[in-house]
Amino acid sequence: MTIEKKGAGEILLAHGGGGLLSRRLIEEVFLNAFSNKYLAPLNDQAVLSVNRSRLAFTTDSYVVNPIFFPGGDIGRLSVCGTINDLAVGGARPLYLSASFIIEEGLAFDELGRVVKSMADTAREAGVEIVTGDTKVVERGKGDRLFITTAGIGVVDDSVDLSPSLIRPGDVIIVSGTIGDHGIAILTHREGIRMEAPVESDCAPLHSLAADMLKASGGGIRAMRDPTRGGLSSTLNEFAGSCMCAMVMDEDKIPVLETVRGACEILGFDPLYLANEGKLVAVVSPDAAPPVLEAMRRNPLGRDAAIIGAVEAKPGGKVLLETSIGNRRIIDMLSGEQLPRIC
Amino acid sequence: MKYIDDFRQRELALGILGKIREISSRKANVMEICGTHTHSISRYGIRDSLPPNIRLISGPGCPVCVTSANDVNRIIAFVRKERNVIVATFGDMLRVPGSGSTLQEEKARGSDIRVVYSPLDALDMAASNPGKEVVFYAVGFETTAPTVAATVLSAAEDGVKNLSVLSLHKLTPPAMKALLDGGDVEIDGFICPGHVTAVIGAGAYGFLSTRYGAPCVVAGFEPLDALLGLHMLIRQIEEGRSEIEIEYGRVVTWEGNVRAQGIINEVFEPADSVWRGIGTIPSSGLKIRDAYGRFDAEKKFQMDAGADVEPAGCMCGSVLKGLITPDGCPLFAAACTPADPVGPCMVSSEGTCAAFYKYRKVVA
Repeated sequence: MTIEKKGAGEILLAHGGGGLLSRRLIEEVFLNAFSNKYLAPLNDQAVLSVNRSRLAFTTDSYVVNPIFFPGGDIGRLSVCGTINDLAVGGARPLYLSASFIIEEGLAFDELGRVVKSMADTAREAGVEIVTGDTKVVERGKGDRLFITTAGIGVVDDSVDLSPSLIRPGDVIIVSGTIGDHGIAILTHREGIRMEAPVESDCAPLHSLAADMLKASGGGIRAMRDPTRGGLSSTLNEFAGSCMCAMVMDEDKIPVLETVRGACEILGFDPLYLANEGKLVAVVSPDAAPPVLEAMRRNPLGRDAAIIGAVEAKPGGKVLLETSIGNRRIIDMLSGEQLPRIC
Repeated sequence: MKYIDDFRQRELALGILGKIREISSRKANVMEICGTHTHSISRYGIRDSLPPNIRLISGPGCPVCVTSANDVNRIIAFVRKERNVIVATFGDMLRVPGSGSTLQEEKARGSDIRVVYSPLDALDMAASNPGKEVVFYAVGFETTAPTVAATVLSAAEDGVKNLSVLSLHKLTPPAMKALLDGGDVEIDGFICPGHVTAVIGAGAYGFLSTRYGAPCVVAGFEPLDALLGLHMLIRQIEEGRSEIEIEYGRVVTWEGNVRAQGIINEVFEPADSVWRGIGTIPSSGLKIRDAYGRFDAEKKFQMDAGADVEPAGCMCGSVLKGLITPDGCPLFAAACTPADPVGPCMVSSEGTCAAFYKYRKVVA
């Protein structure tokens, strides 16, 4: 069923939600028009060969509301998000661009704080912001500040990552607690006060990814950072690429107590909530112990855990083995869980 | 979370299931009224764990789902016509398909429709948008009505002039009565909703046991609550009793939340209401009393009746009455999925079709 056939002649907010509708939008509008071999795998980055070097190239836009939130701000997010899209492709991030769409009336002080945060994050991550652009739109035509960053990095010849390489018996590892960013934004935005406020996990993951690659002996099949649409959408993408089943064990998925509590109250599922400082990797069974150990040595992977394994059937599906012992299908996010989360 | 995890212990759940099997000998058609029960029962696979003589029937307990096609189309027509209005409502209402459109699509076309988590948010919205009219599109049962009533009372106290409520609230006991009176579906006992009963009190079901001989157990929503409630209900059916019993004693009392009842009665009065699938049920809705008529969107605006057309092929009506389970609908999981819902029962997080779809079995 295509977008047109559904009779919805306009873009809905849900098309930006990172779930099934986003997927359809990309496949039916963009993939068709731009069709080429770099875009086709729909990875978070394209890996290009230039003069015998392998370059990873990616871009992302940030429209998060509000622009300052517990644990981060739109500036830090815009640097981390693009670094992470490079890192999960096995690249060492080098240079970033930054473009700003600023709404008339934004305070200089606020823009200054965002830009300083970007500079600090870039320094922390060892990347440089080397080019950019600014546009200003009339009041009411934007929402304070939108940022687009692009990034390039280099990929070692030895790195070969693709979800199509995933096979039955492989192990699924997540680098830490899931859903922190989504709950941090939501509770902050809606003014929901919690005993212990949840902070966004927003962080650059390239050092963690590098540690993992080094420890893996080539055993990492694929990595991705589960942002919009959450862990469930990322694993559904993996399952769709390798046509295996991704089977998660509910009790092994790390979730902060406060996030679980907020989800119970608000009716959200942590599996569908955005993360901005977590990655999920599928690794060969041999590589799993050393990779997990390397992750836990890095502060960003302290709570890393094996959350499941890959099985042959049912192909293309994600399953959750629940606490009380039955298995259910975990679909991609349908509709929109929370708008403008990143 | 300990308080929640305690009510999800696997060993205890299996133990109660064993006890249900031990005492159950006769056919028992049990209706769980509340959509949250339906989800819990599906999520924990309770339906399939019961002996075959116990049949769980999902009732009309999802507020989004029981909102009539007419009312869904009426609000869509309203937002198309009134351009200086902000419509505030709960998230699920945006995706409910009307005839050819949804509020979500109208929003993309320029109508100002906003999702709120509490009706009180509509009050803030009215204050920060003095040049606009804010209409709260209120669906819900006795659980939602007190906060909406409190919102109206606050608005009255503060002299707010640009806020009104379209009240589509529904009341649970009249619907249970209507299902028994209709006689289309055989019901031997009810699992009554925990949170609705926390407001109205378990005494509200007295007529079901005395006049209809229908046993009732008010249960909580965690798996152990639902199973304990079922055990109590099956025991009543086996022993030929028809009483009102409370499993959810940590929340529910006989008289309910008297203060919340007072607020509801201050602002609302019972009125006939149209339920999807069931039709008009006498005194099963809440309309705003004349004293607060200035907050009644139906009085403030000319709201034309919407088309009373069900989506083609949709069997939500039969699902809501408990006549069929979702897999009895040819559209289920084929033309109708959460991504492309045809009817409201697939949209709402409390809908029966959504529960059956989300927790459907794995076919390898």
